[in-house]
Amino acid sequence: MTAKVTVEDVERVAELAHLELKPEEIPRMLHDLNAILDYVAELNELDTAGVAPLAQVSELETAGSASVLRADLPLPSLDRAAVMPQAPETDQVFFKVPKVIVR
Amino acid sequence: MPSETKAAETYVQKPKTLAELRAAIASGSTKATELADRYYDRIEAVNSRLNVYLSLTKERALAQAAKVDALAAKGDPLPPLAGIPVGIKDVLVMKGAPATAGSKILEGYRPPYDATAVAKLEAAGAVLLGKLNCDEFAMGSSTENSAYGPVRNPVDTERVPGGSSGGSAAAVAANLAVATLGSDTGGSIRQPASFCGVVGVLPTYGRVSRYGLIAFASSLDRVGPFAANVRDAATMLGVIAGHDPKDATSSSAPAPDYAAESDKPAEGLCIGVPSEYFAEGLDAEVRAAIEKGIAALKAAGCTVKPVSLPHTKYAVPTYYLIATAEASANLARFDGVRYGYRSPSSETLSAMYSHSRDEGFGAEVKRRILLGTYALSAGYYDAYYLKAQQVRRLLAEEFLRAFAEVDAIVTPTAPMPAFKLGEKTGDPLAMYLADIYTVTASLAGICGVTVPCGATKAGLPVGMQVLAAHLNEGTAFRVARAVEAMGL
Repeated sequence: MTAKVTVEDVERVAELAHLELKPEEIPRMLHDLNAILDYVAELNELDTAGVAPLAQVSELETAGSASVLRADLPLPSLDRAAVMPQAPETDQVFFKVPKVIVR
Repeated sequence: MPSETKAAETYVQKPKTLAELRAAIASGSTKATELADRYYDRIEAVNSRLNVYLSLTKERALAQAAKVDALAAKGDPLPPLAGIPVGIKDVLVMKGAPATAGSKILEGYRPPYDATAVAKLEAAGAVLLGKLNCDEFAMGSSTENSAYGPVRNPVDTERVPGGSSGGSAAAVAANLAVATLGSDTGGSIRQPASFCGVVGVLPTYGRVSRYGLIAFASSLDRVGPFAANVRDAATMLGVIAGHDPKDATSSSAPAPDYAAESDKPAEGLCIGVPSEYFAEGLDAEVRAAIEKGIAALKAAGCTVKPVSLPHTKYAVPTYYLIATAEASANLARFDGVRYGYRSPSSETLSAMYSHSRDEGFGAEVKRRILLGTYALSAGYYDAYYLKAQQVRRLLAEEFLRAFAEVDAIVTPTAPMPAFKLGEKTGDPLAMYLADIYTVTASLAGICGVTVPCGATKAGLPVGMQVLAAHLNEGTAFRVARAVEAMGL
């Protein structure tokens, strides 16, 4: 958990996240990520063997969150006519995007 | 040495209480439409300096105010927020109104529906004035990460209002709304309430619907109110709380009358004070103010006893791993396809995604997406994300053990008063540490209230954080009310 992030790591993670960083953005991100990861390495001090991960507080008995899911029934969604005008490019039926593969 | 810098201006003005305004509107001595106009006049006069509102929803507000006036003229009973001018943090959607989340990537977006909390406010008669500035996607502790410029603290315009709901806190402090809505993922309601000297509420996770809240970290995100006093904040929570089938994590527990709960005396309550929140790094003046608040609670008939929350120091690293991991997934939806910004010239779909996101997101959002993606990526998932979720359970269980012994826990809300604009923007880690006392309750899902608790010698507000167990908002309000009553 004390791995040092390299420029290659930053570029790889940026690609996974569909973020094309400009070359001048990379040194700062590299520095900040390493500083933050050094800091979070404090968690290594704790022995968490056998501790079940907590993803949602609804799992806690006292939390009072929803324990019952709604019935799985088809219900009307937002009207297409209200949604499509927000799209950058559309024929009002489909979203239009650039080519997926350029030959 | 004489300073050439102009003395910091102050824009603090206390709004009238909900009870006063309601009585005036019911009697006809104040018209809701005139009240809305007065608020718009004040916004017009000072918003260019404070940058609190990003957009105004005047037409909708005045139509709603006219409806309230018609009800009042007929002598009909008025709903609880009839004619009350309210502002909405720009991460909650209002049908047809701009919703930027403080980001360029959503510039021009006009959502086709209302958030549940927004719809509930309007059904209760509130007049919704407009959308309030915040850190981009609610990521920040100073509102300096807004793509639309920082908010200035009405107490001292050279200082930040806190964040991420800086606009919501500043609006109440400067009387640009009587009450507002914000969102709190790691402290984004409580910390700005502390910096601006107003009341801010973190409801229990699931207490208020997240439907229509632009998601940051879904297992942590809460919607909650700001107001100028505890009772009004409790009234606001009473309006927006309750089950919503549109939010799968919404609690089905009935919501009590929080305003009535807040009227009950705090006498006899047992208050826990965790030494971990008074350790190194706490500003001496903040400590002194909070200690006065604790003395006031003793004077009000509360029992005060020490409690131990030994995992507190692990909360910030745990929070930043979980919140960024969830954010990296949630923010994947901003891809230039269905809404928001699309980079104009890309050959391929993949390039369009990357260019749109690179041009649309600010530096802090990118930093958090990268950190979250890294923590979730193959080879690192167990060491970072899973580890953080395990520590999250330890932190939550520690609170539950403490609440078996005490009714509420009081702490400083933030380790320092409002800092200067630009003071922490160069160091993300220093900024994250402004959340050191608030992220714990976020991870545990418990509720809390920040209440003004004195000030520093320079006049900067100090907030006390009152935490209570899941669904025990009423207890937190009672304690906050007792602190407020001492007029510190």
